[in-house]
Amino acid sequence: MRNQLGIELPETVGAYQVRPYMGLDQDQPYCGCIVSQRKAGHTKAGDTKLLPSIEDAILASGLKDGMTISFHHSFREGDFTVGMVMEVIARLGIRNLVFAPSAVVNLQGFRLSDYVKNGTISRIEASGIRGELGDALMSGEIQMEHPVILRPHGARPRAIESGELKIDVSFIAASASDEFGNCTGQIGKNPCGSLGYSFVDAHYAAKVVVITDTLVDYPCCPTSISQQYVDYVVQVDQIGDPEKIGKGAARVTKNPRDLLIAQRAAQVITASRLYKNGYSFQTGAGAISIACTKFLAKTSKERQVTASFALGGITAAILEMYDEGLVKTLACSQSFDAAAAKAIYDRPGVVEIDNADYANPYSKGCYLNHLTFGVLAALEVDTDFNVNILTGSSGQMMGGLGGGPDVAAGADISIVALPIIRGRTPSVVKRVFTCCTPGESVACVVTQAGVALNPKHKHYAMLKADLEKTNLKIVSIQELQSLAESLTGTPKPIPTTDRVVAVVEYRDGSVVDVIRQIKTEP
Amino acid sequence: MKLIKPAIAGTLESSDIQITIAPNPGQGIQIELESVVKAQFGDAILDTIHQVLQQMDVTEADVRLVDKGALDCVIRARMQCAICRSAQQPYNWAWEDNTP
Repeated sequence: MRNQLGIELPETVGAYQVRPYMGLDQDQPYCGCIVSQRKAGHTKAGDTKLLPSIEDAILASGLKDGMTISFHHSFREGDFTVGMVMEVIARLGIRNLVFAPSAVVNLQGFRLSDYVKNGTISRIEASGIRGELGDALMSGEIQMEHPVILRPHGARPRAIESGELKIDVSFIAASASDEFGNCTGQIGKNPCGSLGYSFVDAHYAAKVVVITDTLVDYPCCPTSISQQYVDYVVQVDQIGDPEKIGKGAARVTKNPRDLLIAQRAAQVITASRLYKNGYSFQTGAGAISIACTKFLAKTSKERQVTASFALGGITAAILEMYDEGLVKTLACSQSFDAAAAKAIYDRPGVVEIDNADYANPYSKGCYLNHLTFGVLAALEVDTDFNVNILTGSSGQMMGGLGGGPDVAAGADISIVALPIIRGRTPSVVKRVFTCCTPGESVACVVTQAGVALNPKHKHYAMLKADLEKTNLKIVSIQELQSLAESLTGTPKPIPTTDRVVAVVEYRDGSVVDVIRQIKTEP
Repeated sequence: MKLIKPAIAGTLESSDIQITIAPNPGQGIQIELESVVKAQFGDAILDTIHQVLQQMDVTEADVRLVDKGALDCVIRARMQCAICRSAQQPYNWAWEDNTP
């Protein structure tokens, strides 16, 4: 069968029933009560939740074969907790777990593939599986019976609340906690900032284990996740390295090409009639995004335009705008570097928000529905404006969905900023290798060779009129694609097998695309 | 052009190609290719290398390519340079007059 994007999908992948993507803003099939695994508790004065080790907490949680475990990825590549917990789980001989963190990033000294190979993990649900496991799955070196389910950030809370993802034990790394589990990521030896991803896990998991390296006197203040949701607390030496948070996605560029693209993306924002006092933005943590924030700050200062809020993953560059009074509120579902991690504690307008509050439209409200401008990074974009943020065109797992599909759909004007080629790889192509964000939610593509507007986007006419008043070069997406191909040559398509290794879900749980195993040379 | 000694051109930087070439008496043309874009552009890279060898009239060569995603014009230039260095001859600019 085909979905609305014309992508051929199997009806089932193993036990997974494929529901094809049918367009933006579709209802999800589930409209019942919120599904929670949380049990009523009874605590008495004098009880303690503090256990001596991770092993004790795992045993106390009742973790058994086949259960589902979760983690947050707020430390990004500086996380130590996932590795510590998985090592103990494997040692205890618990097998066939569903590994359902908010995302899988490259961790030092921890190979997720080892736990798949030794049978500790048999299923994965996350926002991305970049790194060695992703590559091993795509090459067929590792085969899993169940496909990996990839969801954008806003879809994870939806899947949990609808009962599609039931978490048995959630392990939450918190940089400070008291003995009763009032905890936060804002203070302590190693703050990661917002614990936005973990709220939904804390609220709905059957058992919640807080792992901290800074045990504070009762009550932990500030508290992000309350004692009401926490079963056990364990103290360890170090939960993660905050200096490494900015190492993965977040970096500052000196590349003149990226700076040019960033400047033009900022110009698209500031040329729009929607850029006025009270506007809002999300720029993210890619190299171009951070530079774009700096250009946006410069114009905002010159023209004295103040944003009502900045959203999502917050960086030091956005924090500078806050400190200069150029944005009133920073709603952080994630802190993208060490500076942003400390900011929630210091500054009254920098607030920690639940990831569901950020991005889940299948609830009673989310910030993204109020977003004016979203700047998105991408690996590839095609002539239908579909965006790929997962797979490299030679068949490696390169990224995660993150909030990309959510931001594109939520923002009034969604801007995909990318170079037309990277090395010899074209990034504006005829058909993306994996579709992650449907083209109809993308307003424009900004490159070094011009800006392409999407005629099918809801705000096409308005944006076109605004940009025609600028010196920005407006081109068609087809022109960008042929220019890219004239530089690189026509790439040979990557042959794939029929075996589906991962399904890419949209915000509503429907399937936008599947990722098939690469056919390797005989 | 007759190759005289082993020669090298290019770097291992992203978007470049490092070409090592050596005389290969009696063995014809042998090419070994390593590329980050081998799946999509491996054949295109080999085509270009064969073209340059032919244009510069090299019939015996041992060629090693370590490609980091170089564009075709870069591959061509690096290959011409490697051949000239190996043959210890200057590049013949007059040749460009005949190319379309």
